[in-house]
Amino acid sequence: MGRNRIEKTSILLAVSGLSKSFGGVRAVSGVTFELREGELLGIIGPNGSGKTTLVNLITGFLKPGTGRVNYRGRDITRLAPYKIVGLGIARTFQMVRPFYQLPAYKNLVVPLYSPRVKAMAGGKYGERDSVALDLLEEVGFERDSYVSYKVASSLPQGYLKRLELAKSMALRPDLLILDELFSGLSLAEVASIVPIIEKLRFQGKTIVMIEHRLKELFRIADRIMVLNYGEKIAEGPSDEVMESEPVKKAYLGSET
Amino acid sequence: MPKRKERVDRGIKARSEDIFALSSPREMLYLLLPRAIPVIGLLGLGPFLTPYWQEIFISTAVYALLALSWDMLVSVGLLSLGQSLFYGIGSYVAGSLNHYFGISVLFTIPLATILGGLLSTIVLLPVSRLRGIYFAMVTLVLPLMFSRLVEATRILGGTEGLTGLSPFPNKWAAYYLIQVVLLAVLFGFRRIMASDYGLVIKAINDNDRSVMSAGINIHWHKAQVLFLAAAVGSFAGAFGTHYDMFAGMPGFALDYSIMPIAAAVVGGTGSFAGPLVGAFILVPLSEILRALGALRIVFYGLFLVVFVVALPEGIFHYMQRKYHQFERWVEIE
Amino acid sequence: MFLGSLVYGFINSALLALIAVGFNLTFGISGVANFAYGAIYIFSGFLTWIFLHSLGLNYLLCIAASVFAAALVGMAMYYTIILRVKGMPLSEVMATFGLGLAIMELFRYFDFVGFRYTLPVFLDGSFPIGEVWVDYQRIFIALIAVALTGFLYFFTHHTKMGLAFRAIAQDERTALTFGIESDRIGAFSMAFGSALAAVAAIVILPLGTIAVEGGYEVLINALAVCIVGGLGSTVGVLVASVLIGYAQTFTANYLEPHWMMLVSLAAIAIILAVKPSGLFGKQKELEERI
Repeated sequence: MGRNRIEKTSILLAVSGLSKSFGGVRAVSGVTFELREGELLGIIGPNGSGKTTLVNLITGFLKPGTGRVNYRGRDITRLAPYKIVGLGIARTFQMVRPFYQLPAYKNLVVPLYSPRVKAMAGGKYGERDSVALDLLEEVGFERDSYVSYKVASSLPQGYLKRLELAKSMALRPDLLILDELFSGLSLAEVASIVPIIEKLRFQGKTIVMIEHRLKELFRIADRIMVLNYGEKIAEGPSDEVMESEPVKKAYLGSET
Repeated sequence: MPKRKERVDRGIKARSEDIFALSSPREMLYLLLPRAIPVIGLLGLGPFLTPYWQEIFISTAVYALLALSWDMLVSVGLLSLGQSLFYGIGSYVAGSLNHYFGISVLFTIPLATILGGLLSTIVLLPVSRLRGIYFAMVTLVLPLMFSRLVEATRILGGTEGLTGLSPFPNKWAAYYLIQVVLLAVLFGFRRIMASDYGLVIKAINDNDRSVMSAGINIHWHKAQVLFLAAAVGSFAGAFGTHYDMFAGMPGFALDYSIMPIAAAVVGGTGSFAGPLVGAFILVPLSEILRALGALRIVFYGLFLVVFVVALPEGIFHYMQRKYHQFERWVEIE
Repeated sequence: MFLGSLVYGFINSALLALIAVGFNLTFGISGVANFAYGAIYIFSGFLTWIFLHSLGLNYLLCIAASVFAAALVGMAMYYTIILRVKGMPLSEVMATFGLGLAIMELFRYFDFVGFRYTLPVFLDGSFPIGEVWVDYQRIFIALIAVALTGFLYFFTHHTKMGLAFRAIAQDERTALTFGIESDRIGAFSMAFGSALAAVAAIVILPLGTIAVEGGYEVLINALAVCIVGGLGSTVGVLVASVLIGYAQTFTANYLEPHWMMLVSLAAIAIILAVKPSGLFGKQKELEERI
């Protein structure tokens, strides 16, 4: 469905030669790729292949050993995370950790308080609470069930993942990086979140999704990039990528 | 018939911040009463206090301000084991302005509040970027070191300190100044923490990574909170300087560091009203037990340990719970 | 003068290292707050004095008893205080600090001040190094400091228990899955750290008198060394001790003695400005803690 729309749009994100080592372990090694505006890029790879580290490098939580990250032509490699968010890149975390003591909608007050949101709303904001409630409804918190008012510690994983998504959407990003959003969700829950992601794409947002759930990812992604041991081993449409030798070896192991 | 204890929320409509509060005099009284107590107690009782008790109330207010400052820092995740740093800096700045530049009380106090706050913030800024424990270590060490530094280098009056400083015009001015400031800080801090800004502050304490990834510069916010707390502490020091007409090494004494923590822990951390309650319990208590001399700090220390370990909720939270809920026995169906 | 500064600088550094190493073990390496460290230091000194003078025991026996008592106190503190506030590091700090304070001020109240309380040196006399005479006690300090630091480095990197100490600070859950009983190890760490405080006390106190102020000094110095060297790093403690120790000695000999405190303060100021987590500190800047 999604893979046919390879438009001639501008390059939003350009990563070149990104590398990071922890002691002797090369977590990310010479990764280079480009992201076009409006694309949905899927990043896959076995566990420990450096996917989350790559995200951390792009979003400023880690400083790379070598390499550069360019966003809209601007070098953001060494910027602080909050500044990168201010430019329009938002991410979710693999290990979801909300503010447990707060009700679900209050969790969104924090991103809504950020300078980026203040600036985009023209400096004046409507009550953050009501904006938060609207956002939650968008991600599937049923309005009439008061689930938005429940304390975060009492919510099941499916809702917590949606809350995480809502937190990143609250920042009105242009680039959204979702780190294993689907993990821990049932097929039905995944099926109910996909329309939300489609809607984000329709709004013109660029999305990167790191996933293990390949079937669901392939349905919506334009392109797939495969990492293994910190290196990029394949890139392209999903059927091509899954047929390539290095990818098969990475996932299934070699026979010789 | 076996019974169980049931906890019922009291006056729940009135506890919300909006229009229901005005719905009846009873609801309004319910909300106003706890807030009126400190106001009436501190401001209204003033004229009726004997000079002895006036002094105690002033001394308590000074410690209470330090305790409020401590509570604010703890809300953002910074544990201060050295409130005396702010007190000492504020004290010396006010004393110096008065002694070396002849500036009057009217100006030294506001100036010392701001300057003291700025100085303390600058000194502690690098450590505030790390975990709260590091902040605790540095705040513990710095005032003790500053004190010894003054002693060794004999600057700023050395061991004798700066004496003969300008007093307050009259005792009422002093009394009401500090009580008004205390109430302003109490209600002001509570207001701040109840707002969205306060939510962000508490979120930084809870999960700083999450706040950082929400596009908020946590270091800048921590610095703001640090300045706020430091300024309040410096005010206490500046006030104390002119009340005692003296600024010196005792400004960095352990008393000013320990007492606020004990007050906050006893009263209930995070609530700002708790530290106030704690101060108004511990300081008069230690005055009454003054005969025991240095045993005072032993008491603070023991209170600290006991309350942190056994009664972490604190007296204020306990009272608040009782005020907002009541328990009754109901039969089990 | 220069040789003297060199020698005494080394001894000063050894002294600082000796003091800091126990604190670093419990707080830096195991992640268990022990802000009653100064109190235990003084407590051991007084206990040894009591054993020696009131019970008239053999000196060596007193020392052994005091060290053992300190370890017991450390363990007791863990089980009564730390255990109940586990997981809230700020509470751990506050509670142990309060306790330490109460103990030290209690000693002050019972008038344990002044010149009345001293511990005898191990061996009278001095030893010449070049043209500099160094008393035996100070040589002991240097030797024991070096030995202890070396032992601790080996202990925390190559023995099972030492590695367990480090494990519980890094990730308690994972440590538990490896069969490391975090509570027992934590208690041992605290006991060990307290015992080290006692050893430091017994070796250092004979140089002067046992005074409550000494307890605060010890806490300040231990903290200063750990701040500069980096909490949790034995190498850091070593380097920081040498830096501060030598700086202090040279300042005292070539400038004025009362600038010594300034040296420690300056060291802290510089570290805070340049690398707040300490020279070898493992504290990562916030961004890297994901």
